[in-house]
Amino acid sequence: ILIAPMERTISFTLNGKPVRVRVDDERMLLWVLRSDLGLTGAKFGCGAALCGACTVIVDKEAVRSCATPVKEVAGKRVLTIEGLSREGRLHPIQDAFVKRNAFQCGFCTPGMILNAYALLLKTPRPTRAEIVRHMEDNLCRCGSHLRIVEAIQAAAGAVKGGA
Amino acid sequence: MRPDDLSRRELLALPGAGLLVVFPVEAEAQERARQGHPSDFNAYLRIGADGRVACFVGKVELGQGSMTSLAQLLAEELDVALDSVDMVMGDTDVCPWDMGTFGSLSHRQFGPVLRGAGAEARAVLLKLAAEHLQAPAERLQVKGGIVTDPSAPARRVTYAQLVQGKRIERRLEKAPVKPVAAFTVIGQSPRRKDALEKVTGRARYAGDIALPGMLHARILRPPAHGATLRDVDTTAAEKVQGVRVVRDAEMVAVLHERPDVAEKALGLVKARFDRPRPGVDDKGIFDHLLKAAPEGRVVSERGNVVDGARLCESLVERTYFNSYVAHAAMETHSAVAMIEGGKATVWAGTQTPFPVKQQVAQALGFAPENVRIVTPYVGGGFGGKSASRQAIEAARLAKITGKPVQVVFDRSEEFFYDTFRPAAVVTIVAGLTGAGKIAAWDYKVYCAGDREATQFYDIPHQRTVSSGNWSGGGTPGLHPFGTGPWRAPSVNTNTFARESHIDILANQVGVDPVEFRLSHLSDKRMRRVVEAAAKQFGWKPGRTPSGRGAGVACAIYLGTYVATMAEVAVNKSTGRVEVKRVVCAQDLGLVVNPDGSRQQMEGSIMMGLGYTLTEEVRFKDGEILDRNFDTYQIPRFSWLPKIETILIDNPDTPASGCGEPPIVNIGAVVANA
Repeated sequence: ILIAPMERTISFTLNGKPVRVRVDDERMLLWVLRSDLGLTGAKFGCGAALCGACTVIVDKEAVRSCATPVKEVAGKRVLTIEGLSREGRLHPIQDAFVKRNAFQCGFCTPGMILNAYALLLKTPRPTRAEIVRHMEDNLCRCGSHLRIVEAIQAAAGAVKGGA
Repeated sequence: MRPDDLSRRELLALPGAGLLVVFPVEAEAQERARQGHPSDFNAYLRIGADGRVACFVGKVELGQGSMTSLAQLLAEELDVALDSVDMVMGDTDVCPWDMGTFGSLSHRQFGPVLRGAGAEARAVLLKLAAEHLQAPAERLQVKGGIVTDPSAPARRVTYAQLVQGKRIERRLEKAPVKPVAAFTVIGQSPRRKDALEKVTGRARYAGDIALPGMLHARILRPPAHGATLRDVDTTAAEKVQGVRVVRDAEMVAVLHERPDVAEKALGLVKARFDRPRPGVDDKGIFDHLLKAAPEGRVVSERGNVVDGARLCESLVERTYFNSYVAHAAMETHSAVAMIEGGKATVWAGTQTPFPVKQQVAQALGFAPENVRIVTPYVGGGFGGKSASRQAIEAARLAKITGKPVQVVFDRSEEFFYDTFRPAAVVTIVAGLTGAGKIAAWDYKVYCAGDREATQFYDIPHQRTVSSGNWSGGGTPGLHPFGTGPWRAPSVNTNTFARESHIDILANQVGVDPVEFRLSHLSDKRMRRVVEAAAKQFGWKPGRTPSGRGAGVACAIYLGTYVATMAEVAVNKSTGRVEVKRVVCAQDLGLVVNPDGSRQQMEGSIMMGLGYTLTEEVRFKDGEILDRNFDTYQIPRFSWLPKIETILIDNPDTPASGCGEPPIVNIGAVVANA
């Protein structure tokens, strides 16, 4: 006898569009996004909410999707890196990352950008210390920290009326 | 590598499809030249009918920016717009052979090859244009891939028009590369070619590739190095819907079309392992290394250290220790393998696609020409992705299951199978004369390797002995698990030891450490970086240890000169070390992309803080105790010092490496402060 998972239908808004998935709702959002929905911008880095590579926005909060069961986003609005640019125009944070070369290998970049997005939603004009504190638990091994901080500062100046 | 449109059809259609092929490539030329860079420039570039230039290189983009800087080299020599160059990197079917992306070699060693290919292609194209325009080649000018005759500006022809639809007989002639004064693309800092894909999530890494019918594999791993599987019960895992269990030789794998379901099913596998006999741990490792290290080898010798010691008033002896350090790239080892029609294609996050091709062929029993490695973006390497076990595992499982298979290590596997920077020991005995000069230097390095171990300070009597290296030096059992190259292999250890010892000697004679260094340096390039760093830093002469938290260290790394100064604060009650400011001056010869070089310097400095302050892999009896970022702490935003980088203007010296040199000074500069 095969063990079949308990599947439920979960509905939420993904990058502005309604989606319904029929899944074992204990599965982590990261895998549903990457594997079931084909959105691979959120990355697997540690599997234990320690590195931030899987960061997505749920409603207005930055969330570690590797440790968020998909049932927790039912009825909520999920934003991934794929949904950040609108009509082919980069979001000011993305634009600042490009202009400042605030990445190297790029693997942590989607998580960095979305975590910064959550910061600017709440604090449109953060101080450098606030940026550092907010970004502290997003890891980058290439050492782009300096440029990421500068890019967020530049984006904060460019975002009108919050992100 | 064109991860924006990584469709399977297109990837498989690229080689020999005839769309891009303009210059006839001798079919066997690449294969014959497999163990060296081909001399036929056609191996490196193709000009399409649309005027776009495809540039084929065996190097891969790890984050270091070579997708952009190598394109700059070709665009410069070929006289085409940088935006018209499409880089195809690390694809073994279409790119010329390359040993791998490491050792800061992409510019130092491969740069001249690529520039030469571009210059030669340009010369051939000019000849063709001369025939087409009926004007002498010497009179023609090229810009943006358009050849014009200045005496008759209406007469023009594009590269695309020259090569379109024709089979052009290859005409080899050695053409000189451009002089520095003529550069318009080299020396600029254009937008990185990977920027848009990386900020939008469109950049594809190996783990992002999904093929129809693909299964995700999770593999049963031993609890410790040296442990062997005694028995295994996969019954419960097999009951999970959609799961497939594979047992092949030593490998037990659980596969499912969803990676997390495969992971969960792996958790249902009951396995018992026989543990290895108790061995070393992170405390006893240094004694073990000193006992087990192979016979030392004299790397270099000048004068006679015994004679030198006789000239000295005092001898200073110290021993320096380095721990195992993990690469810990943010992307874990990842690969997707597919076998179709007797040919295996493996998309792998690797630094060494060509060696991996051979390894996969061997594992599958395939001829090498029936294996293709495609390298998408790689999420950091630092030496750790030279070893690419995951690619072989994915290929084996694809062969067994008959389906495409993805293998992505979890973080625990990543630490377990990492080829760590080796733990190492250095002993130095140095002697000072009554005049405060170093007259003797006897240096022994164990298990780190001899790269840049030889002294560059002016010391008349010196000897450098090395025993073992970062891969173990051919001594089985030297290291209790895998070791390998780690960003600037062996040089972090050698620089930490040398520069720490130089500071101790400066202290002994009561001389400022910068002045002490300069008094032993006749190498002009080294003097220049030290002086540049001191000026920017505002170095105030004084005795060492400074007591005010200012340190200096310098190094040569494979032709690159680097001097670093740092300001460090120590909380005397907690012992917490905070690096407040780092000034780094580097002379890497010709700078192809200044902003790219600064990125590498900043990254090296940040990464270096990790091995200096927190990083150390703990282990016991073959078990790796640090398996994730909770206990293995890498640098974070709050560690960020003020960083100031200086690039020495030295364009007439060929480009050397840039991504590794600055990291080697960090251990000593912090210790010396």
